Amino acid sequence: MTLFLTASGLTLIFGVVNVFNFAHGSFYLLGAYFAYQAVAVSGVGFWAGVALAALGAGAAGAMMEYVFLRRIYGRSGEAGMQILLTYSFILILDDVVKMTWGTDYKSIARPEALAGPFSIGEITIPRYDVMVIAVGLAVALGMWGVIRKTGFGRNLRAISANRDMASALGVNVPLNLSAVFGLATALGGLSGALSAPVRTVTPGAGIEVIIGSLIVVVIGGLGNFWGALVGAVIIGEATAFGILFLPQWAILFSYAVMALVLIFRPEGLLMKQGVATR
Amino acid sequence: MRIESGSRWGEWAQWGVAFLLFAVVPISGKRYLVNMGNEILVMGLFAMGFNLLYGVTGMLSFGQAAYYGIGAYTVGLLLSRGVVPFWVALPATMAAGGVLALVLGPLCIRLSGVYFTMLTLAFAEMVWGIVFKWYDFTGGDNGIQGIPTADVIHDPLRYYYFTMAVVFLSFWLIRRIVESPFGAVLKSIRENPERTGFLGVKVRRYELAAMVLSGVFAALAGGLFAGYQHSIHPDMLHWTKSGEVILMTLLGGVSSFFGPLMGAAVIIFIEDMIGKYTEFWEIWIGGIMLAIVIFFPRGVIGTIDTWIKRWRSHGNHAGDATHP
Repeated sequence: MTLFLTASGLTLIFGVVNVFNFAHGSFYLLGAYFAYQAVAVSGVGFWAGVALAALGAGAAGAMMEYVFLRRIYGRSGEAGMQILLTYSFILILDDVVKMTWGTDYKSIARPEALAGPFSIGEITIPRYDVMVIAVGLAVALGMWGVIRKTGFGRNLRAISANRDMASALGVNVPLNLSAVFGLATALGGLSGALSAPVRTVTPGAGIEVIIGSLIVVVIGGLGNFWGALVGAVIIGEATAFGILFLPQWAILFSYAVMALVLIFRPEGLLMKQGVATR
Repeated sequence: MRIESGSRWGEWAQWGVAFLLFAVVPISGKRYLVNMGNEILVMGLFAMGFNLLYGVTGMLSFGQAAYYGIGAYTVGLLLSRGVVPFWVALPATMAAGGVLALVLGPLCIRLSGVYFTMLTLAFAEMVWGIVFKWYDFTGGDNGIQGIPTADVIHDPLRYYYFTMAVVFLSFWLIRRIVESPFGAVLKSIRENPERTGFLGVKVRRYELAAMVLSGVFAALAGGLFAGYQHSIHPDMLHWTKSGEVILMTLLGGVSSFFGPLMGAAVIIFIEDMIGKYTEFWEIWIGGIMLAIVIFFPRGVIGTIDTWIKRWRSHGNHAGDATHP
């Protein structure tokens, strides 16, 4: 589910801003370290820490868009420039994290209320995982609501469909782009913060995350919000089966799934009946 | 994005300067400079081969590290087991790179744009995963150490000059390819694949050929590197390596012939210089890259070119009173 949270941010940026944000994993990383700073060092509560981490990552993301990314919109060879610029942010943010928090493994404790297992009949899963799934679903529903039912969401859909036309009709395009970038990177940060108690926090995690969410986004269809959800479930299952049957080759499964999808349905599984951002 | 063929003199000057610079490096007698020069040559070849795909044909591959790594592992596996001598293993890298491109290429070129990029990335990561996990065959994340080379070029200096010869020969070949009618077709595919198709060109066949050529040069670069370092590691196939070569190419400028080599030199130099003073060299690379994207979008050589042109046209208008 954290995979979905990260991937949904990535797909949102691609759908609306038309940017492939290679640095998305780095905002996941920022979220994880912000949460560590808030919860383990400053001692604010777990939930406040997670919220702060998402806000912090979102603010950093909006700033990156506002200060740097918007300077290259519409330039010739923009795709290459986007990759270069966001790639440079991977390097910068990675080192900022290393300078600030060092290269040691960090972890934060789960809140006590979520420490135990949760049972439905004979199936037992950790309570924490249940919470993460619940948060993921809530975010998915919330995002759907925002995109379909609010004025902001209507603007986003308009920009996604035709940026120039939206602008001509009086939509403040630059402001909306910054906002959606902030929102999407906040989702990445939220995902990082929620993962911090489960996986240990290390610099360099951002790079693994971006590849993982890239696969999810490509499977679901670039820019398709529900596609990210479907893609995350498929990749989660594929990896789990891989670990079960061929543990040594488990990491290959998600790539194999992505390759198959790209060969047979290059536009992504959900692209035709896409409802969210397109 | 045009590969501009400037004046004949300008081109000869570029070749001469590049050749002389690399030729005099060992005279300094400093071992680390030779190492750096060797790395620049190898990565330069890797980047020039990549530019055949990106700058010339307009296909952005994010999976070139797979070919580079295949080349390195071909040399590593063949030589560490003593199957064949170095002089057979090195050409074998080119065959290996070509074959890999022939296998993956037909799948990748079914798609275009971002999807093509993503698919190359996915396949490259699969190759990386296989090399990383297949301990019995590739040594897994231990890599391969103690790779022997031929006796004649065992000395690092000799190997450096050998590398230089191979790399410059490859540059000449790449130049010939870019300037040939075949190269002209590749450029027209970059400008407009659809119209090129209307002209009766089998676009996919040419795209595949570009992938194969680019893979061959990348594998050769990997093989040369393995012979110099005597040790290889799966990191050579990791996606960050593909990112690095894209970075070098874009930094130097895709539109000038020697741009990718220049980019490789700049990046490796910066990594080396900054690496001495601080372990945080990535942030410097990132910062410099950011500045270049914002202020010098045409790359280093491209920007210098623009300056020279502006200066020349300014000179021509110097006596023109009406010129603002």
